[in-house]
Amino acid sequence: MNEHNVRNFNINFGPQHPAAHGVLRLVLELDGEIVERVDPHIGLLHRGTEKLIETKTYLQAVPYFDRLDYVAPMNQEHAFAMAVEKLTKTEVPIRSQLIRVLYSEIGRILSHLLNVTTQAMDVGALTPPLWGFEEREKLMVFYERACGARMHSAYIRPGGVHQDLPHELVEDIGKWIDPFLKTVDDIDELLTGNRIFKQRNVDIGVVTLDDAWAWGFSGVMVRGSGAAWDLRKSQPYECYADLDFDIPIGKNGDCFDRYLIRMIEMRESAKIMRQCVDRLLGDAKIGPISSLDGKIVPPKRGEMKRSMEALIHHFKLYTEGYHVPEGEVYAAVEAPKGEFGVYLVSDGSNKPYRCKIKAPGYAHLQAMDYICRGHQLADVSAVLGSLDIVFGEVDR
Amino acid sequence: MSEALNELATYITETRGPLVSKSVMSFGELTLISTVENIIPLLTFLRDDTRCGFINFTDICGVDWPQRVDRFDVVYHLMSPKQNLRIRIKVATNEDQPVPSATAVYPGADWFEREAYDMYGILFTGHPDLRRILTDYGFEGYPLRKDFPTTGFVEVRYDDEAKRVVYEPVELKQEFRNFDFTSPWEGTDYVLPGDEKAKAQ
Repeated sequence: MNEHNVRNFNINFGPQHPAAHGVLRLVLELDGEIVERVDPHIGLLHRGTEKLIETKTYLQAVPYFDRLDYVAPMNQEHAFAMAVEKLTKTEVPIRSQLIRVLYSEIGRILSHLLNVTTQAMDVGALTPPLWGFEEREKLMVFYERACGARMHSAYIRPGGVHQDLPHELVEDIGKWIDPFLKTVDDIDELLTGNRIFKQRNVDIGVVTLDDAWAWGFSGVMVRGSGAAWDLRKSQPYECYADLDFDIPIGKNGDCFDRYLIRMIEMRESAKIMRQCVDRLLGDAKIGPISSLDGKIVPPKRGEMKRSMEALIHHFKLYTEGYHVPEGEVYAAVEAPKGEFGVYLVSDGSNKPYRCKIKAPGYAHLQAMDYICRGHQLADVSAVLGSLDIVFGEVDR
Repeated sequence: MSEALNELATYITETRGPLVSKSVMSFGELTLISTVENIIPLLTFLRDDTRCGFINFTDICGVDWPQRVDRFDVVYHLMSPKQNLRIRIKVATNEDQPVPSATAVYPGADWFEREAYDMYGILFTGHPDLRRILTDYGFEGYPLRKDFPTTGFVEVRYDDEAKRVVYEPVELKQEFRNFDFTSPWEGTDYVLPGDEKAKAQ
């Protein structure tokens, strides 16, 4: 072949491709099978969440957070609730904190199950998703039993949580943990030693720690590169400081390490859930589930039947909403995909002046070009799978 | 944590005083106010200095204050894993005054600056590829500015005859209602259809 016949090839990957994990359009420049340049085109799922939040009261803004990372909805609400609580200086009672932690960990397992199993599917295995989705289904039932919705829960609200958990539900969650650990072991057995899975993931998409920090990575992406960094440990919020769990970290910063970390994190989450369940049935069996500040948290139905003040509060909170003191805060939680932050600017009115959502996936996806350069075309989907991208939060 | 932040604030103002116009502590968070000329030296200092070590870039976003002369704030969030601290830096700018791009200091700033440009029209000099990112191809206007209507200007639909997606000016079946409950007595100034004629007379 003559020299002039060799040319680079541009292909379009997505937006409708099963391995694109949603609506991602990647413009790939290929030299043979080697990726020269990746240009992700995002925004196909852009809904203007931040603009909409500016037109809503603080309480009305909560459901928008479910629709960001729709794989682990409550973790997002949690960040928003924490931002509002920081501005209003609201204290959250212990039972509510435990419920929040319990459901945040359920969210983490939901997200990791989806990610690990679909990554396996991206590289050719079909069984893990079938096993993983069975457990996800059970977890969604727990979501439904707590708040009435399988996904768009609007459950963690500023001041606490919306409703109390029945004791039977907490017991059922406790009973779910052991069989779940068995399922994790099964998936582990199927994938971790699997030759094909290793060939597709080991030494693929290596990120050095310095680069990981500079590119704005967080969560599993920095832990995979060897940083012992988890907001639940390093900047503990809620009652994470009292709970016993470990943070797994990787050595090589490749896709396989990130997969292993997610597997271990699921087991650690189960451990946290067990502690929460024990406390929710033990010392925190009864108690308030949200702040007692009637100016932030609406009263219960029962109170409204008897107390005029409660009735007035209910009316005011559901029409005008509460006013949040002027100021700006940044609150972050360790969401399954990394650090999910909310930068909230308040002008003292009943609506957020500006609510910037810092989604971990956004920072991870922009590094596609940096990670994929020089890899084979087939590795693009493995890298994309291990970045754990959900378009709800990337496009907002 | 706020003691460590206070110490850090004194340290930064002592060593790099001219780069910082003001430092504010509120809600347990440290905010530095800087200027467009000083932002890059300040970010470089915060990243490289051993006592700061803000190597993790977290976020860049814009905030619109239409009543101000320099209507935009560009807000940088950084984190130092070593010191376990967060910091916020704010720079004021306007539609015409570009901000130097932070991509040379933090490669991760790339998409965040594109987003700030997309949403607010804030310009960044030295950015490798300042295109729109989240909005549609060929979108006009800057949606997160306070003077941009929430309903937008155009809507899209698939035209069966033309066999393609067409853009049309937005037509609302119902007037967009922005409920304002701050005062039950004054309420929102609802303009009923036809009322504008009465005023004209």
